[in-house]
Amino acid sequence: MTTSHSAEVPPEGPLQEHFDATISRDQRIEPRDWMPDGYRRTLVRQIAQHAHSEIIGMQPEGEWITKAPSLRRKAILFAKVQDEAGHGLYLYSAAETLGTDRAELTDRLIEGRQKYSSIFNYPTMSFADVGVIGWFVDGAAICNQVPLCRSSYGPYARAMVRICKEESFHQRQGYELLMTMMRGTEAQREMVQDAVNRWWWPSLMMFGPPDDASPNSAQSMAWKIKRHSNDELRQRFVDMTVPQAEKLGVTLPDPELRWNAERGHHDFGTPDWDELMRVIKGDGPCNAQRMQRRRSAHEEGAWVREAATAHAAKRAARAEKGAVA
Amino acid sequence: MSDDHVYMTLAEGHEDDTRWAYGTGFEDPLHGVDTTVPEGVDATELASLCVALADDALVSAQRLAEWITRAPELEEEVALANIGLDLLGQARLLYSRAGQVDGTGRDEDAYAYFRDADDFRNVRLAELPGGDFAFTVVRLLVLSSWRLAHFERLASHPDPVLAAIAAKGVKELSYHRQYAAEWAVRLGDGTDESYRRMRKALEQAAPYVGELFTAYDVRDEVVAVLKQVTEAAGLPMPVYRPLPGSGRDGEHTEHLAPLLAELQGVARAHPEATW
Repeated sequence: MTTSHSAEVPPEGPLQEHFDATISRDQRIEPRDWMPDGYRRTLVRQIAQHAHSEIIGMQPEGEWITKAPSLRRKAILFAKVQDEAGHGLYLYSAAETLGTDRAELTDRLIEGRQKYSSIFNYPTMSFADVGVIGWFVDGAAICNQVPLCRSSYGPYARAMVRICKEESFHQRQGYELLMTMMRGTEAQREMVQDAVNRWWWPSLMMFGPPDDASPNSAQSMAWKIKRHSNDELRQRFVDMTVPQAEKLGVTLPDPELRWNAERGHHDFGTPDWDELMRVIKGDGPCNAQRMQRRRSAHEEGAWVREAATAHAAKRAARAEKGAVA
Repeated sequence: MSDDHVYMTLAEGHEDDTRWAYGTGFEDPLHGVDTTVPEGVDATELASLCVALADDALVSAQRLAEWITRAPELEEEVALANIGLDLLGQARLLYSRAGQVDGTGRDEDAYAYFRDADDFRNVRLAELPGGDFAFTVVRLLVLSSWRLAHFERLASHPDPVLAAIAAKGVKELSYHRQYAAEWAVRLGDGTDESYRRMRKALEQAAPYVGELFTAYDVRDEVVAVLKQVTEAAGLPMPVYRPLPGSGRDGEHTEHLAPLLAELQGVARAHPEATW
């Protein structure tokens, strides 16, 4: 089900004014409030993409649950991946408040009509990747998402509060794994550095293209769906991560990375934006594999969902018959 | 929430912080429990019992973990992970208890990662390959019904540690059995295909059920539960023709060794490492 609002009819004056006033007062738009079609579409797109990212994002780490090298790490990872499924559920529910249901959004994902974060198209090569994903990928997600806790759309903002709390915990777990590995054997330290080398640049790309090449950003900022620009958030992530890398004893793979006292920020190199575009368009190392897994889980589970629906209908019919008799 | 604080505090200690969405069962149910083996309890027997129950739980958790990212619906993804985590938690406590009483002082990981297939004492039903969702439901129904009945008795075991582990497990296992029973009814009653798959799953599981009934008299209780659920699901009760041999004696199917190879591979490649 999608909303039936046709494309940009001239907004009704008082409704639009009320909406604009609500946004400018920093108050929240709730599901039953009037909102412009473009605002609704942008939110559905963003929330759905976020939900899909949680679900696809279970795959790279999920691979390691069965292989985790200690029972404690196995439990931590299992719980983390389970939390991601939970985040997907909250976000799909937030999207449903805008009139688009989960089954429809799942179809859009499986048919390739909606995206998920390009970071999950990279492979996990060793158990150190689990720690680095927690540190970088959850860290970058938190940078992106903490401002969304003040997003103008109420259900999204509230979902983000809960998700951010849980992700900050995941991030600490990841960092703690890396700390432990760095205190371990030489081979473990090499695994950590190798994982850092592979995940650093893709993590910087998680903030999206540079501001001058980000087509949807300005409108989202005006609507207060989004609060900071891609480049601002990327800078914040770099500034936060550098001291953590020093404390851990790893080198971030960027020869241009250095403190700039004048700016009060770190300078850093330019990510390979062509690579980002290739991965977004489907040519990343694992795009096909990730989509294939999601599609086959959905298709192989169809008979289960059909059985549950059929059983519920039979039960309802029996209850009705019982009530009549 | 301010924009920064969750990220800024990353490298500091947060030992008291447990912000998982669903919990992990990490709380210590043995806090304050005396770990000395009581007089009159045979330590070797106690250790063997703990290892067998831990092996069932670990191998089951491993099979449940295989469902992650493959479940038919997100709610099932969450539920199967929950059950897997509960069982993993039980395995960890039981291995630790075994290590305390068998005189070796081994920790949980020594049991999980550094024993070979013929040292494992899990029942063979737990190690059979994942199969479809119907088989997962049937296996979970059988194993959780048996384990719940068994744990209810173990909650009054003379060893206070095993008794505490069992008492905690009873709550978890009641949920596992409930989940499996609800799905068994849905699938048995649902469509022709789900009915057919459930019948097949029951037939596949049937030869392995008898292996569970060696210790304690829980057979009648378990069979009664299975009968009640299959009736409610409109499914025929399978005929139990037990296979010779038993996982409890270290006799396993060809499926256990590959399961363990995956579970143990990283740990064995880095025996000196700390994780």
